[in-house]
Amino acid sequence: MSARLGIWLGLFGLTLGLSLTSLGPDWLRVYPDAWVLPLKDSISGAMKWLVEQANFGLFTFTQATRGLAWLIEQPYNLVRNLLESGFMDGVGRRAEQIVPPVSWLAVIAAVVALGHYAKDWILALVVGLAFTYLAVFGQWESAMVTLASVLIAVPIGVGVGLWLGILAYRHRSFELILKPVLDLMQTIPIFAYLVPILFMFGFGPVSALVATVIYAMPPMVRITIMALHGVDPEVVDFGTMAGCNRRQMTWRILIPAAQKHLMVGVNQVIMLSLNMVIIASMIGAGGLGFDVLSALRRLQIGKGFEAGIAIVVLAIAIDRLSQAFAERAGRITAKPTGPLWRRYPRSTLVLGVLVITGLLGLVWPVFQTFPERSALTTGSFWNDGIKYLNINFFDTFEAVKLFFLNFFMLPVKRFFLGIPWPWALVMITALGWRFGGWRLALMALVMAALIVVTGLWEKAMITVYLCGASVVIASVIGIPVGVLAGVSARAGSVIGVVIDTLQTLPSFVYLIPVVMLFRIGDFTAMVAIVAYAVVPAVRYAAHGVRHVSGNLIEAGVVCGCTRTQILRHIRLPLALPEILLGLNQTIMLALSMLVITALVGTRDLGQEVYIALVKADVGRGIVAGLAIAFIAIIADRMITAGAKAARIRYGLEETHG
Amino acid sequence: MGLKRSKTLMGAVAGVLIASAAMAQVESTDPIKLTLHDWSGQLINTQIMGAILEEAGYNVEYVQADYIAQFAGLKTGDLDLAMEIWATTGQEALDEAVASGNVVNVGETGLQAIEEWWYPLYMKERCPGLPDWQALKACAAEFATAETAPLGRYVSGPVTWGGFDEERVAALDLPFEVVHAGTDAALFAELESAYQRQAPIVLWVYVPHWAPAKFEGEFVEFPPYTPECYSDPSVGINPDAAYDCGKPRGPIWKAAWAGLQDKWPHAYDIIEAYTLNNDEMSAMVADVDLNGESIEDVVNKWMDDNEDRWTAWIAR
Repeated sequence: MSARLGIWLGLFGLTLGLSLTSLGPDWLRVYPDAWVLPLKDSISGAMKWLVEQANFGLFTFTQATRGLAWLIEQPYNLVRNLLESGFMDGVGRRAEQIVPPVSWLAVIAAVVALGHYAKDWILALVVGLAFTYLAVFGQWESAMVTLASVLIAVPIGVGVGLWLGILAYRHRSFELILKPVLDLMQTIPIFAYLVPILFMFGFGPVSALVATVIYAMPPMVRITIMALHGVDPEVVDFGTMAGCNRRQMTWRILIPAAQKHLMVGVNQVIMLSLNMVIIASMIGAGGLGFDVLSALRRLQIGKGFEAGIAIVVLAIAIDRLSQAFAERAGRITAKPTGPLWRRYPRSTLVLGVLVITGLLGLVWPVFQTFPERSALTTGSFWNDGIKYLNINFFDTFEAVKLFFLNFFMLPVKRFFLGIPWPWALVMITALGWRFGGWRLALMALVMAALIVVTGLWEKAMITVYLCGASVVIASVIGIPVGVLAGVSARAGSVIGVVIDTLQTLPSFVYLIPVVMLFRIGDFTAMVAIVAYAVVPAVRYAAHGVRHVSGNLIEAGVVCGCTRTQILRHIRLPLALPEILLGLNQTIMLALSMLVITALVGTRDLGQEVYIALVKADVGRGIVAGLAIAFIAIIADRMITAGAKAARIRYGLEETHG
Repeated sequence: MGLKRSKTLMGAVAGVLIASAAMAQVESTDPIKLTLHDWSGQLINTQIMGAILEEAGYNVEYVQADYIAQFAGLKTGDLDLAMEIWATTGQEALDEAVASGNVVNVGETGLQAIEEWWYPLYMKERCPGLPDWQALKACAAEFATAETAPLGRYVSGPVTWGGFDEERVAALDLPFEVVHAGTDAALFAELESAYQRQAPIVLWVYVPHWAPAKFEGEFVEFPPYTPECYSDPSVGINPDAAYDCGKPRGPIWKAAWAGLQDKWPHAYDIIEAYTLNNDEMSAMVADVDLNGESIEDVVNKWMDDNEDRWTAWIAR
């Protein structure tokens, strides 16, 4: 063991030496332009051919994608008319409203009824308050636009995800093809495939919906595959005995048996769809995301913050609702009898509110739309708050920033940029071999080599440095906080709220204030990345510490361990695999933030993707997006392999489990 | 975005008169799709154009689109009209799109884009000699931060805007380091932050924009731009380098899908005739971004005040 450790320390020392001495010719550090494979041009060419020339005989490729877009647009328009704009005759400014949208009071009544149906009065109160907040703070119309996109994107994501999952469950070979595709879907930044989507599906909300679905669907597929494999074999045997055919087996036996797990997937799709609202609003989705963007462009921090909080509130309401539905799934309730209104009291009530407020709204508009004048705002509070911090504490912030830059970030940056790329390839391969054998070694080598030959090595190293530094800071903050949340229930509930907010608050909201306090540069980018990526570090650490087997803790108590000793010798080691998984997720989130930090002004792969988006260069975006995905996949595989080794070491998993 | 049913009485009366006359002649009732971006000037500009087209009897639809990515839509006819393509930032994309034959340049909006190094007025005391660019040489240290010292710090726009600031700094031998913001939101966040603290800053500002209305300041005066200065090293102060002058100023163009003229010929003529000027645009942007008026109100006010102008364009 120690000899092996010695070898790795030696290799690290050697890398450090090579990095600092900068021996050898320049091409060892800067990959020459002349050797770059023109991969991005080929991709751009292929895309051009697909959009302009590809033909399936009866129809062209573009006609097919446009037809699909039309299909998606119809239900979207319906929901949007229903919730936000009402039904119109004519277009634009001359349009006359024939039927108004569902009134705000009716929507609130509907969500309250849903809350009560799914769980209890407490949930009904929570979601009711959340939607009231949207009305009172003047976010109603935008929130309804966002809700409309979510209501369309989620069923599509869930439906397609379920279908792909079932296919993969039935055909092992399909699963093998699907797995890497899912990895790419989750790790390639959305900006990278936004331009091709615009080409294919046209401008407007449909493209935004398609991008949202691509981003939000993978967890549904994964969970479907896992849930179907996890169905009790006895249940399956029973189905076989009862003479089910394949269709009956899937829909009558497997899906109902796996329903509870599947609902977790649905919940994930909803949350990821809401994460997409800002980016979707850049290509025509409108709604709350657009409000955040346009407010921050005018530096109206408070206004942007309010729209951001509205997204959080909406997300929390929908999340709690869908979780309640997940728990409700499978619960059997007696069918009530009697007249229609008695059997469906809630639907009747909502219908009543809908009709009454609709009619009253014709006379008194306040029943139809919440009056704009009465809307509350906290905008100036946030603006003044940032101003106060800026004027009084800027020098302190500056000092903290310089400390981090000089003693942490810049040395790390110099180290990564100084490593000669051939040596880096050797080291990546060796690490792959150490963690996962020759397969992982080969994969890591191929992926890293692809980054090199596409000429993105330098930007990739800046990416690794920025994300690496952020992940270190996020772990240093996140893991202790998570352990605290896991040990103390009271701290846990407070931390839970903060974490939920950080996860759903669009990062753009705090990006601009951070720029004001720390100026443009790598440190600002790091602060933004840490704020977003710290979430899983906390969550997984808390989960790991909380779920250590009660027997083991009992054993510790019996042995006379103090609380600290239990934490150090029992909880922490046993939570290690879980913490490692949290680290893995932290890295993934840090990488996914790169595109956002490019908006501050970094010089990494995120910037490359962003430039490609702005210049509508399909190939450039996809190549840079793939490079980010490769970094993510290499990190993911190595850590997963490491976590597995840790689980085996602590006896939580069999060697071939 | 609340654009529906929002006519003032005057506009409505005029609208009915003209609409009834024009309705019969409208070539196609399909909506003309105008693109909206995320800065107020463009929203105002586009919605005035849309209002005029509606007065002429056309149907209009607004589509949210990214500034550069919209060319993909303009080429295919998904989008019909973009009202603000700045010669300073969008020329390359516009030229490329026009060369494809699917997009046409419908001419100037009458707005003139100015982009240049800009500083808040309080910097004049600390750096006497401004706005002349030579003054920057002497007081670079005033603009320095811990990360750039001894060089001054100049905050430039996103790399995608171009601008040749690195080349300019080298050619004019300015002791400055160029730092690129990622978006203009980040760029103006720097300005707001510095202005609150009355701290030194010099950065890329463009007009028409709300910033010069909110913050007092001036553009640096570089040797004036000529095309030769950018292309020929021997021209200008530094005989060995190009870019030894200021940034070009240029018009803001209207760009349309090439099929627009065939589908709605009269609308094309109206679009071609439409012009605004910098002063009225700056005033409207300030009304929206600084005085908190809604875009809708500002557009309606312009329509009421300038009825002679737009009726003349429609009558053409």
